[in-house]
Amino acid sequence: MAEDLPIIDADKELSTPPAEADAAADMPLLRIDAVGKKFGMFRAVDRLSLDIRAGEFFALLGPSGCGKTTLLRMLAGFETPDEGRILLDGKDIAQVLPHQRPVNMMFQNYALFPHLSVRDNIAFGLKRAGMARAEINARVAEMVALVKLEGLEKRKPDQLSGGQKQRVALARSLARRPRLLLLDEPLAALDKKLRESTQLELVELQRRLGMTFVIVTHDQEEAMTVADRIGVMDAGRLEQVATPRQLYEEPASRWVAEFVGDVNIFEGQLESRDAGRLMIATKDAGTIAVAEPRQPVTKPKVCVAIRPEKIKLSRRGPASDGAAGAHAINRLEGVVTDVSYLGGVTSYKMKLDSGAVVRSSMANTARIDRDTYQASHRVVAWFTPDDCVVLEQ
Amino acid sequence: MSARSIFTRPARLAAIAPYVWMVLFFLVPFGFVLKISLSQTAIAQPPYLPVFDLTQGIAALRSAFAAMSLDNFRLLVSDDLYVLSYLRSLVVAAVSTSILLVIGYPIAYGMARLPQRWQPIAMMLVIIPFWTSFLIRIYAWINILQHDGLLNKILLALHIVSAPVVWLSTDSAMYLGIVYSYLPFMILPLYATLAKMEPSLLEAASDLGASPRRAFWLVTFPLSLPGVAAGILLCFIPIVGEFVIPDLLAGSNSLMIGQTLWLEFFTNKDWPVASAAAVMLLVLLVVPLIFYDRLQRRQLGDSR
Repeated sequence: MAEDLPIIDADKELSTPPAEADAAADMPLLRIDAVGKKFGMFRAVDRLSLDIRAGEFFALLGPSGCGKTTLLRMLAGFETPDEGRILLDGKDIAQVLPHQRPVNMMFQNYALFPHLSVRDNIAFGLKRAGMARAEINARVAEMVALVKLEGLEKRKPDQLSGGQKQRVALARSLARRPRLLLLDEPLAALDKKLRESTQLELVELQRRLGMTFVIVTHDQEEAMTVADRIGVMDAGRLEQVATPRQLYEEPASRWVAEFVGDVNIFEGQLESRDAGRLMIATKDAGTIAVAEPRQPVTKPKVCVAIRPEKIKLSRRGPASDGAAGAHAINRLEGVVTDVSYLGGVTSYKMKLDSGAVVRSSMANTARIDRDTYQASHRVVAWFTPDDCVVLEQ
Repeated sequence: MSARSIFTRPARLAAIAPYVWMVLFFLVPFGFVLKISLSQTAIAQPPYLPVFDLTQGIAALRSAFAAMSLDNFRLLVSDDLYVLSYLRSLVVAAVSTSILLVIGYPIAYGMARLPQRWQPIAMMLVIIPFWTSFLIRIYAWINILQHDGLLNKILLALHIVSAPVVWLSTDSAMYLGIVYSYLPFMILPLYATLAKMEPSLLEAASDLGASPRRAFWLVTFPLSLPGVAAGILLCFIPIVGEFVIPDLLAGSNSLMIGQTLWLEFFTNKDWPVASAAAVMLLVLLVVPLIFYDRLQRRQLGDSR
């Protein structure tokens, strides 16, 4: 997981044209203001607020039923919020009908019109906008080139492969140059390889067009690959809005830490503070030293979260691992119970003497690796205070 | 691999069954009718000549063949009675089918848009009239439409008319009866195509700037055309040959071809002419079927 983490350029927003930034002043392109939606007694979206900047690629990530699709459908106009405002360019569009919004959506099942050719599918929105025929032809040609569908203009959707349909759907939703493009699980129907290459193309496309994309996905790798910022949703609320790196390395809650990637969690209590470190007395892993978080810990009941790849294994403990070992304050001893070789990494499970299970994954950086561990080996797992995060329980 | 290997012997037999059925119960009887249509009327048993009799030898068979002619078909084309009957049948079928489409489409559309759990109930309501005999339902209409029937009583009571209106034995009554009887045959195929349409297609249309009305004409209607075609065929073809409804509800001054056929067979006992009329009717009805087949072929070709 961590190996795949994309490097996100934090300065990227600055590269959007300054004219746009000036006009908008402090106003984001899209402001979702305390929006709520109920279906019967079920609160699908719960007074949710969120700002999305112009030119941003934003991902809504969450388990199924968390309300992310309902939120997206409210942005498209297919659902009307029960409360709150949706401001696009400062105008409340919450009650505007879908066909009157400068917003387009790419549907999960693509929703291509089966009776129309590729060309007519892409031209559908342009014709409704009352564009001149020559202009439509030019725009369609531009879109076809953009998604690399040259030569397929006359085909019907049934005569296209899954990947080609996905491209038509994308071209159709981009053709009107919407202020905001919504993507509802756009790559869910593609196989893994195609999905991965398409994710990168999507990002490139968004950068090139300078448009604002909001994507809904339940696939965290996808969200991390494509998005500048990710909003993690659960039960109709945003749990955290952050860059992919922050989301993974500085989760705001135990729920986020567990939802995004793999994590080891040790519950415990705050014992003492010492030189910018918190000492946490855990039930299963003794006392763990953790770097003081930016947000002060207020409640005594806390938990320590450590990603598996931050936990290193060795036979005798950190001292044998050279310089890095000197800082390795946290040591856990136990027995390896399970080894899974996954190619790039090997994933280990070890059982501590307390009975708790710790997961560790180590990159296979050398082709011939002698220092591997097997089931029943007694090992020391170690990590530094900076490797872990303290969260309220 | 070869397509044959996936068919087991029972499967092959099952594939042949419909053809056996067609040959036994359609082609063979049609052969008889065709033969009779080429014969001449005779006061005999059976009431036509020549009769093929295999016991008389080959020479007799040969002379029987020689005796056959197209005279009956010439009569059909030259006599106003038949031409007008055909025309009236086609007009009645065309008008009825148009009315059926105009009434049936909104009903089918409404059914397809009902919440999922109400749809089977709506379907039941459409089918329920079939539980009563067709004849009884037509007689019920006679009862409602007659001089002192329910309709006139209501109209009089509401002071909409001052004297009873003649409903029965008019074309209006016949159209009413036909539309009433055939409505399920129009609704069901329409409903089937409309119900399986992806709702996201309409969302996509509105997302791309189409108002609900435009979305209907640009997406829903074109996609329902196979259902429209099926509904039209299911109604048009049997209505052309309809006999009972015009006979019971319409007046007797102009006849549909079904009625003319009946007259020739049972009143005039002219089997050859009646058979010729039946053969001609079949030929007429093959035309819309060919169109339908073309339409389907084109759609199949598109999706390959």
